[in-house]
Amino acid sequence: MKYPVIKGTSYVLIHTPGLLLQQANLEGLPFSHLLTDQLRSFDSVAGYPPNQAFIGNLFPEDLPQIPRPWYNNSLPNAKRQGLLGEIFPEDEFLGLLHAVDVYGLVCLEAGFKLAVSEKLRSHPALSGLNGIATAQDNGCSHAEIQEIIKAGEALPLTFGGRIIGCIRKAHSSDSTLSASRVLENLTAKASAAAALQLLFRKTGLKPQDVDYIIETSEEACGDLRQKGGGSFAKSIAEACSCSNASGADTRAFCAAPVHALMQGAALVQSGIFENVVVVAGGCSAKLGLNAGIHLAHGMPVLEDLLGAFAFHISKDDGINPIVRTDLIGTMKVGCGDSPQQVYSSLVAEPLTRGGYKILDIDRYAAELVNPEIIEPTGCGDLAQKNYKMIASLAVLRREMDRTGIEEQIQRFGVPGFAPNQGHIPSGVPYIGPARDLILRNKVNQVMIIGKGSLFLGKLTRLYDAVSLIIQRNPKQKASVSI
Amino acid sequence: MLKGKKVIIIGDRDGIPAQSLEECVISAGGEVIYAMTHCYV
Repeated sequence: MKYPVIKGTSYVLIHTPGLLLQQANLEGLPFSHLLTDQLRSFDSVAGYPPNQAFIGNLFPEDLPQIPRPWYNNSLPNAKRQGLLGEIFPEDEFLGLLHAVDVYGLVCLEAGFKLAVSEKLRSHPALSGLNGIATAQDNGCSHAEIQEIIKAGEALPLTFGGRIIGCIRKAHSSDSTLSASRVLENLTAKASAAAALQLLFRKTGLKPQDVDYIIETSEEACGDLRQKGGGSFAKSIAEACSCSNASGADTRAFCAAPVHALMQGAALVQSGIFENVVVVAGGCSAKLGLNAGIHLAHGMPVLEDLLGAFAFHISKDDGINPIVRTDLIGTMKVGCGDSPQQVYSSLVAEPLTRGGYKILDIDRYAAELVNPEIIEPTGCGDLAQKNYKMIASLAVLRREMDRTGIEEQIQRFGVPGFAPNQGHIPSGVPYIGPARDLILRNKVNQVMIIGKGSLFLGKLTRLYDAVSLIIQRNPKQKASVSI
Repeated sequence: MLKGKKVIIIGDRDGIPAQSLEECVISAGGEVIYAMTHCYV
């Protein structure tokens, strides 16, 4: 069987303390006034070890060797650029937001706009983005921006604590097109566009060679009569000059990226398309999600980052790792939600189908949220909890002795390192490191697991999960550097 | 132990979800008055 391959990946983090404060204000959080003192600087964010792992300057497996708290142990000489991705500051993000807005809803102050446009035009990956390469409006005056905000027509956009622009509502009465909704949706679009531009830069894939884009965020764009109509995918394709591409959005809460990888792989393997991109931008509504808890623990507010990614799936090139489309694991409706049943269906069943045992997998990557962000809530290290279930299943299936659980978890469990951005940490942040390690013959096969909390939508009490295996290409002879 | 008791269940998607806990409580004779699975990410 000819399997499709993961031909390239890109990862983006965007430091958005201004957007975080905006979100806290929108939610009317009682501690909003305390947040400013606990916000991190861009340098602190860039040097934060999990962020360096996210952009590929550090393997996630190396994180446990760095003493915690990681926010007190910044890596010296950390760079914003990494092997797999890049960290962007908020001014560049606001410029991106303006660049991807095709309805004139984002207004930036003239001086700020000029300065940030200059920065974006000189960025090797972003300079090609529509709206940056071509000149747009000249910007607004500070007085004009203040007037629009005062009239209740727009929300402020800030940088460094100063209002430098605003985002307008897109309809006078339709709440699905309110300024806060437009901000959420343009944020997802802008950050996804940055990830796709970075993918082009890192892989050499040309925009005009992209056939299909699957977008997998958790946002909904539409209007009153079709609230989640979409399509983020085509809007991102348009922004990134993918003139020959079509696309659509896939939604399954945090499990969507793995569903989309499966769908993209199927489209390539079937011959329908040759080059498929799976992409997702960040979620502004999740900024500062646990800020109150972080404040109570005397910690910096760590949920100050948007995440985004893009993956290129293409036909077998004899080099890149393959996606085992015949070994997809799902959580079927009838399987119930007891952990034993879920992991049997998700992990053991596809492995058995392929003639593998649980311990044959070199790495499992499930819910990769950075534990330092989430542990203060009292819910523990979610990645480790998933690996304990997998190891326990191996014991139940008599594939190992229970005394080996800790050792096996340390061997196969990828530590959490991703920002708390819902769909972003759901297994897929490890695809980049996995591809690197597989190409360098360090690892043979990895299982990526995505889980989604469907019950949040109140249509079902179920949750969802899907797994897929990425494996060394059997035709790959020598070690390859990415 | 749970016979005749009213029980509130907070489940964890990455631990034990509410529906599984609910089945255990009911089989032990408890009355579930609230059950919800939570997601922390």
